[in-house]
Amino acid sequence: MTAPTTTGYVDLDGLLRRLTGDEKHSASAHSTLDVVWVLYDRVLRVTPESVDDPERDRFLLSKGHGPAAYYAVLAVKGFIPEAWLDDLAGPESRLGHHPDRLLVPGVEISSGSLGHGLGLGVGTALGLRAQGITQPRVYVLLGDAELDEGANHEAIAYAGATDLPNLTAIVLDNQSATHGWPGPGGIASRFTVNGWTAATVDGRDHDAIHAALTAHQPDQPHVVAAVVDPRK
Amino acid sequence: MDSKEVTMRDSFVTTTSALLADDPRTALVLADISASVFAPAAHRHPERVLNVGIREQLMIGVAGGLALTGLRPIVHSYATFLVDRAYEQIKLDLGHQGVGAILVSVGASYDGSEMGRTHMSPGDVALFDTIGGWTVQVPGHRDEVPALLKAATPHDDPVYLRLSTQSNRLSYGGDTRLQVLRRGTPGGPLIVAVGPMLDPTLAAVAGLDVTVAYTHTPRPFDTTGLQALAGSEVILVEPYLAGTSSALVNGVLSHVPHRLLSLGVGHAEIRRYGTPQDHARWHGLDAAGLRASISAFLS
Repeated sequence: MTAPTTTGYVDLDGLLRRLTGDEKHSASAHSTLDVVWVLYDRVLRVTPESVDDPERDRFLLSKGHGPAAYYAVLAVKGFIPEAWLDDLAGPESRLGHHPDRLLVPGVEISSGSLGHGLGLGVGTALGLRAQGITQPRVYVLLGDAELDEGANHEAIAYAGATDLPNLTAIVLDNQSATHGWPGPGGIASRFTVNGWTAATVDGRDHDAIHAALTAHQPDQPHVVAAVVDPRK
Repeated sequence: MDSKEVTMRDSFVTTTSALLADDPRTALVLADISASVFAPAAHRHPERVLNVGIREQLMIGVAGGLALTGLRPIVHSYATFLVDRAYEQIKLDLGHQGVGAILVSVGASYDGSEMGRTHMSPGDVALFDTIGGWTVQVPGHRDEVPALLKAATPHDDPVYLRLSTQSNRLSYGGDTRLQVLRRGTPGGPLIVAVGPMLDPTLAAVAGLDVTVAYTHTPRPFDTTGLQALAGSEVILVEPYLAGTSSALVNGVLSHVPHRLLSLGVGHAEIRRYGTPQDHARWHGLDAAGLRASISAFLS
């Protein structure tokens, strides 16, 4: 495992402390920290200046509960003021326990109810393609327990069957699904059986995450299963 | 042309196919229903005519995603699958994202009566009322469909277009305000008939001193027209769940002593097949049933 070297990453701890967190979801929040960091630091072609640019990459946080890590990364990268972190879910706050795209610059979807992000991601990928916008990629972050929701499987089957090329799903696997995803291939197999390419990585290893996120093929949707320690 | 040969759905297919050709911002999302009649359009515009298979949650999610990229999605299925089944997607993937779409249903209320309760949707308009902000249009004739659809495409607001196999004999144009089609003594009883309920309502009130107003756009309701026309007795005749517009009408008339009779599809599951005409009779929405209810209310 490579040690994080980017300077901004070390600031995340302090910013997370400023967020008066959602205790119930705190473990989940931190499980996404490294994946979200690598996305914004090394993968996504989006900046605070390009949040409305049609040519930007899209990051859709489908797993909208426990967005502390997401907010912290958005603050480090300059999408939102750090001061916003001090009043999480307050009456005047733009940051809640589930993000609202109309309140937070750079947030692509409002999420919180599980199983909505991948369908929106499929539609976003289709909408870009229909307009001849071929450079951006659509990244959707889900949780392993979120995969229980049937709506995901409508999206997985359709994206695979139609070879949707500009979509990457990331499943943060902290083994929180009540009945798990047993059998050969685990979570990745639920996608590959439908025609996706897949990579399973250590969800704390930045170089491995980066390699997996950039391993998509030109004519298929891609999934990265990022495994972290089970939630306590 | 025999009106029985060309349906509202046919009009929708023709108009939508033309819109897809004329306006590159439009896209059509299907879940197998009507896919065959849209095959020529799909062939011409493969990246804007999207059939996701029998996946209605995804159908609305895809529409939300398309809208997020700036397209104007038109989404179509049976009302029960489009609205009832995908209610949370409509609420969150469209409404909560701050984007719109044009949802176009067929099989409204008991049009699918011979297929049973699984294919009926009398509560769809009431569901949109729980979300708010939707324009709801209930054409009473196939010739009202093209103008409503064309008017819905240049903007991004949420629009629900509720098509039916029930039809009035005549078309009443594109005006979204209440249109007075039969004028009684001013200040006397006002009957508001929505969409295909107009013809049975007109037949029911023969010889009665009542005003009959028609609308194909119950949301937003023409509250100005209602205030101008209403006296102390108002009767709603709606082709969906009885009472869907009661709270709205009572709110508009809250400063006026009034009585309101709300006629529409009953809440109870009848658990019978039969034709839509049978169900109209059982729900008291044929001319004879309406006449009996209206006469009792006014006597």
